[in-house]
Amino acid sequence: MSAAISKNGKLTRKDFAAGQDVRWCPGCGDYAILAAVQSVLPTLGLPKERFAVVSGIGCSSRFPYYMNTFGFHSIHGRAPAVATGLKLANPDLQVWIITGDGDALSIGGNHFIHAMRRNLDINILLFNNRIYGLTKGQYSPTSELGKKTKSTPYGSVDRPFMPLAVALGSQATFVARTIDVFGAHLKNTLKAAAAHKGTSFVEIYQNCNIFNNGAWLNVTDKSVRHENILYLEDGKPMVFGTQSPKGLRLNGAELEIVDAAEHADEILVHDAGRQDPTVAFLLTQLGSGIPRPIGIFRSVEAPTYDAGVMEQIQTAKQQQGEGSLKDLLYSTDSWVVS
Amino acid sequence: MESTVEDQGTVTKSVETLERVVIRFAGDSGDGIQLTGNQFTKTTAAAGNDLATFPDFPAEIRAPAGTLGGVSGFQIQFSSGDVFTPGDSPNVLVAMNPAALKVNLADLTPNGILIVNTDSFGKRDLQKADYGKNPLEDGSLSGYRTFRVSLTDLTLAALSDNPLPKKSKTRCKNFFALGMVYWLYSRPLKPTQDFIRTKFGDKADVLEANLTALKAGYAYCDANNTFQVHYEVPSATLTPGTYRNIDGNTAAAYGLIAAAQTLELPLFYGTYPITPASEILHELSKHKEFGVITFQAEDEIAGVCSAIGAAYGGSLAATGSSGPGIALKLEAIGLAVMTELPLVIIDVQRAGPSTGMPTKTEQGDLLQVLFGRNSDSPCVVLAAQSPSDCFTTAYEAALIATKHMVPVFVLSDGYLAFGSEPWRLPDLETLPGKPVKFHTDPATFAPYSHDPETLARPWAKAGTPGLEHRIGGLEKQEGSGKISYNPENHQKMVELRQAKVDRVALDLPPIEVFGPKNGKLLCVSWGSTFGAVRAGVGRCLKRGLDVAHIHLRNLSPFPSDLGEILRRYETILVPEMNMGHLRMLLRASFLIDVKGYSKIQGKPFRESEIAEKIEETLEVQS
Repeated sequence: MSAAISKNGKLTRKDFAAGQDVRWCPGCGDYAILAAVQSVLPTLGLPKERFAVVSGIGCSSRFPYYMNTFGFHSIHGRAPAVATGLKLANPDLQVWIITGDGDALSIGGNHFIHAMRRNLDINILLFNNRIYGLTKGQYSPTSELGKKTKSTPYGSVDRPFMPLAVALGSQATFVARTIDVFGAHLKNTLKAAAAHKGTSFVEIYQNCNIFNNGAWLNVTDKSVRHENILYLEDGKPMVFGTQSPKGLRLNGAELEIVDAAEHADEILVHDAGRQDPTVAFLLTQLGSGIPRPIGIFRSVEAPTYDAGVMEQIQTAKQQQGEGSLKDLLYSTDSWVVS
Repeated sequence: MESTVEDQGTVTKSVETLERVVIRFAGDSGDGIQLTGNQFTKTTAAAGNDLATFPDFPAEIRAPAGTLGGVSGFQIQFSSGDVFTPGDSPNVLVAMNPAALKVNLADLTPNGILIVNTDSFGKRDLQKADYGKNPLEDGSLSGYRTFRVSLTDLTLAALSDNPLPKKSKTRCKNFFALGMVYWLYSRPLKPTQDFIRTKFGDKADVLEANLTALKAGYAYCDANNTFQVHYEVPSATLTPGTYRNIDGNTAAAYGLIAAAQTLELPLFYGTYPITPASEILHELSKHKEFGVITFQAEDEIAGVCSAIGAAYGGSLAATGSSGPGIALKLEAIGLAVMTELPLVIIDVQRAGPSTGMPTKTEQGDLLQVLFGRNSDSPCVVLAAQSPSDCFTTAYEAALIATKHMVPVFVLSDGYLAFGSEPWRLPDLETLPGKPVKFHTDPATFAPYSHDPETLARPWAKAGTPGLEHRIGGLEKQEGSGKISYNPENHQKMVELRQAKVDRVALDLPPIEVFGPKNGKLLCVSWGSTFGAVRAGVGRCLKRGLDVAHIHLRNLSPFPSDLGEILRRYETILVPEMNMGHLRMLLRASFLIDVKGYSKIQGKPFRESEIAEKIEETLEVQS
């Protein structure tokens, strides 16, 4: 293993590529995400040894093996728990969790919600392809109702999760959505996630070209994407579509699609920093329909779990002094036999 | 003026000397029985007796008052000789209500001392305890030396000047009873007086009431003709040193803290609350001044996984639970085996399967921790033999885990967790072990290379410059640590993971044989049965029987000399609080027959049960 710092001292994408052969199917959306992560990390101003990538089980969870950083490919669903221990043991690490819709939302649901509830300072990238890939094509917790798969030949009767709504319900402080093939948007979202103090949750629409090809075509296909996607940008009105732009306004407690020009004054203006998650939640409820918001839904400040833990330790040490084993064992009600 | 035995005597009483005494305090959960028992323990320890205690309380936090399900008990054995267990049958039973009497009377030795609170034997009290007739009146207590004491009224009378409401005064009756027992066994009041002053320092009336009740109970026995005899149990000959009383869970927590200090590592304890292991979390969470991080996770799995993550980050990582929680953790422990990370797993066993009897003890997890994972997934397994030994065992586990880069189980159980005994404190200067040396040199780093002596792979703390590497559950190429499906490499790695566990045996001292070095019968124990088996074998040896005892601290790997020792005896007997886990292992490992003796009642063995089983086994043999 080499320390692999490039010649001018600046880290580059190459420094983050591990020697291991990448073994995803040709055409898998994971390649684009790997490339984006490898190109974003060198720009974050941290030395390479400060990064750790932790995963569970699934196609996406092979990710750590392809990153020349500290990496832990753990067991199914448990990446947030492993990452919690790692982050608490070494808070200087910037920890990235790579997970999928099955890993995070089925077997790992409990750890996923509690990591966000605690607001541990980590980044969670959920590759959502709405299918189980590594086990060869069963429906996932994000698969649409009625979906026919190997395990649901009559169609799924499972109601799907909306990952962003789960994240908001878990009080996540940073919630975003991006798409594997939207290189620049993906990178910018990753940068924002890295910059956020607390749990950053990013849902990445990812295409499984083998078992669920085209799952996101209504937002990725070049012919329709600009009509269907609502780009969330702070301070900008929530307007989508190019031919006859439409916008979102509040009608009572619901979102309503209206003509953007006609109702310009009423169009909602995006504010990811809004403490109240209600509007962000309403945006997640647009589900698989049109428009489909992407970008940062929510980004608010809150105390992080790891900082709280460290602060208690520091305070205890300041107030009581460094612990003494002798005092601990000998001080309470001891007696001497001579 | 402090009360002493001398300055209170007004009625002439005789004093008898006893070698050992077993007392059980029993009452309603709300009667302060555990507090009373703990006070008697502290006083007795300070008086220089050897002792062992065991509390017995219901799982329900607040069972209905006065019912059989709500009875709380506390037993102590103290002696001028060696004490190995809290005792078989109490010589003295203090019963605060009918329910306590009903639950505990059968255990009292014939002609034993029974102190009952007659004020709690009203019609309603008797109904709640399912008594058809009043046992105080139907002659059913004739086989005991029964002392009927109007505990509540006497306490209220003693506190007549105190302004507290009646209800609060009534609560002081446990101190009245304690004062009586102090008189009966010639114990000083001062340690408990000091305790009362510290505990109730800010509540003057309560403080005064408890002090008065304690003194009044003592004076009542002294002045009253009911009690003609009191007893002395002389000090035991204990090894010189500084002692304190300790229970198993606190000892385990201290063992981890001590090991972290020796190894110079931060301690991380990731866990989820469960009876009877939670007190380890409670204790560790107090000690942030040592830099201890406790993480109360969302579930058992997250508890162990967080510990594994912390181990990757360079902490001394531990998790703890009881059987059902361990079952949840086992997949992750397989990950720790595969990633060759150091991990300490404390299993405070309880009666199962499933939820079982959470507050009751059992040794039912030995096979679970050895074999509860997929594929060949060897771990080191140690078992503590007494409450204070939980310190040593947790400490050793941390040293082994970090030396060989393996997960190490510490088996304790409910009996050790809640039981207590005097602990001769270790000399901190001579504790074994040395600071951990992490790998730091990129030039010589191969993440899955192995030290030829310990078979440990290098521990490279995540965050160390130049040592970026990946670990995980997939099989790895020996040396480089790259993912490998190579058939020969897999066999090599499977064997290597077993070999590093086996290496632990090289560091073990020879097994100590108690009794003859060969002969007719050898008793083999592990874990908390140590005390009862050692005492039972001791009794038989005194009677001239041909029996010996060995105790196993190491269940995986076994000590190297175990097979040779087993073959020196005609018969091997393994008493266990399970259906025969160790028996199965000994048979499989050494191809010899082993007789089992199973007690699966949520209660530890009695010394007498072991002695009787030995006699019976020897009779069949001859």
